[in-house]
Amino acid sequence: MFTSLGKLMLRWMNQVGGAADMVRSIGFWLVRSRFEFSQFVRQSVTIGVDSFGVTALTSLFTGMVLALQAGNTIGNIFGEPIFVGTIVAFSLIRELGPVLTGVVVAGRAGAAVTAHIGTMAVTEQLSALYTLGTNPTQYLVIPRMFAFLLTMPILTLFSNLFGVVGGYLVAVYALGVPGEVYLTDINTFMDSADFMHGFLKSFIFAFLVATVCCYKGVSTRGGAEGVGKATTGAVVTCIVMILVLDYFLTAILTAFGI
Amino acid sequence: MIEIKHLRKSFGSHVVLKDVNLKIEEGKVTSILGGSGSGKSTLIKCLMRLEDATSGEILVNGKNITRVTDPVRLAAVRRHFGYLFQDSALFDSMTVGENVAFGLQYLTDVPKSRYADVVKEKLAMVGLKEEVARLNPSELSGGMRKRVSLARVLAVSPQCILYDEPTTGLDPIMSDIISDLILDMKKKIGVTSVVITHDMHSAFKISDYIAFLYEGEIMLYGTPEDFRKTDNPYVRQFVDGSSHGPIQMKLMKN
Repeated sequence: MFTSLGKLMLRWMNQVGGAADMVRSIGFWLVRSRFEFSQFVRQSVTIGVDSFGVTALTSLFTGMVLALQAGNTIGNIFGEPIFVGTIVAFSLIRELGPVLTGVVVAGRAGAAVTAHIGTMAVTEQLSALYTLGTNPTQYLVIPRMFAFLLTMPILTLFSNLFGVVGGYLVAVYALGVPGEVYLTDINTFMDSADFMHGFLKSFIFAFLVATVCCYKGVSTRGGAEGVGKATTGAVVTCIVMILVLDYFLTAILTAFGI
Repeated sequence: MIEIKHLRKSFGSHVVLKDVNLKIEEGKVTSILGGSGSGKSTLIKCLMRLEDATSGEILVNGKNITRVTDPVRLAAVRRHFGYLFQDSALFDSMTVGENVAFGLQYLTDVPKSRYADVVKEKLAMVGLKEEVARLNPSELSGGMRKRVSLARVLAVSPQCILYDEPTTGLDPIMSDIISDLILDMKKKIGVTSVVITHDMHSAFKISDYIAFLYEGEIMLYGTPEDFRKTDNPYVRQFVDGSSHGPIQMKLMKN
């Protein structure tokens, strides 16, 4: 058992080391080569378009269910559904917006990135990049990294918006909370630090998703089966790491008053 | 001129290339023969620096390229070579035209406005029509993919082209067309060629020199005529394509 545990740890450390090396090479090529702007734009559009619909839908319903749960629970305790707007917006903007967006983007665009780069790896297209004067980091990883860093905070913003709208619909039409009260509850109890909290998280999750998905793609071996394994591995790693990291980020950011 | 001296390459404890010594003459076609798994592809991957040699030297115009580690200098080393991949390795997210033009932006000073002309010219050199540029790689046959891949290599005008099994998986006629193309490139642009193959018919047709790689070493190096006449039982068996001989005996022992 200890042997297999040791092997697992070694493999894990190996992957972390590989990913760290990729991040280092991103820094190197960012300085030493030109930025592939057209690739960056193309990837940003793809990631944004790929993930927008699912992000909007999941956020809308998350906002709705939050309002429903909060309204009913508070209604049972205090006799009327108060602070529904605060609870919905607070949960979404600080926690669920960045987390849900991270999970959705990892499952949608992240999987596509791993599958694409992984397929290129097993068909020697990555080697072909080296032979034609560029390299996978410069041509594939850097544009995707920046595309994730740009699109995920924007998607998170939309996620927050759709969630708040979903909460509004349930609060106003199902719970009978006046619309102005719902919005005032949000304005009164939330400030810019809450937005900063969510924004920083979305930025860090974007870096995480881009690093994991690109690294898993570049390091793919073993034909079609390898691509499948790499893609599943990338998505699972992203989701688990987002959820674990979210706790620690909340603790750290809160300690800094953000 | 390219000179390989005491090249060794191992993957963990598995030694693929034991001690390879070989001179590749400028402007000539040198074929490297050897059975499957003999390390032929590994050898040219070491030349292209897609694999790092474990020890030994590869001298390109007198400079040892095996010790270059700086990624930017490494890119400059690779610029010397063009590499035709066994399965073509065309970028499947791009059209044929984009594939052929791909290296121009990194390896040449050709302005973007001239890319279409270069694509047309290089496709013509490999016997393909201009219209092919609009197709996707998935719409091409195996032979066409190889030719597009060669056009992509030619576009960046390398001094030496490395062909990784260019005729494998093609019908005899298409194999001969590809062999003619390799000869054409030598005649028209005087490019040095290194061809990895186990296709004897093609090797005899195109080669100025042939090297036989066996158990990680060059067992015989010479002209096609030398190979036709040799009484080395290993080379003889390979050239004749016989299942009986010392190579099979070795395999059985293992």
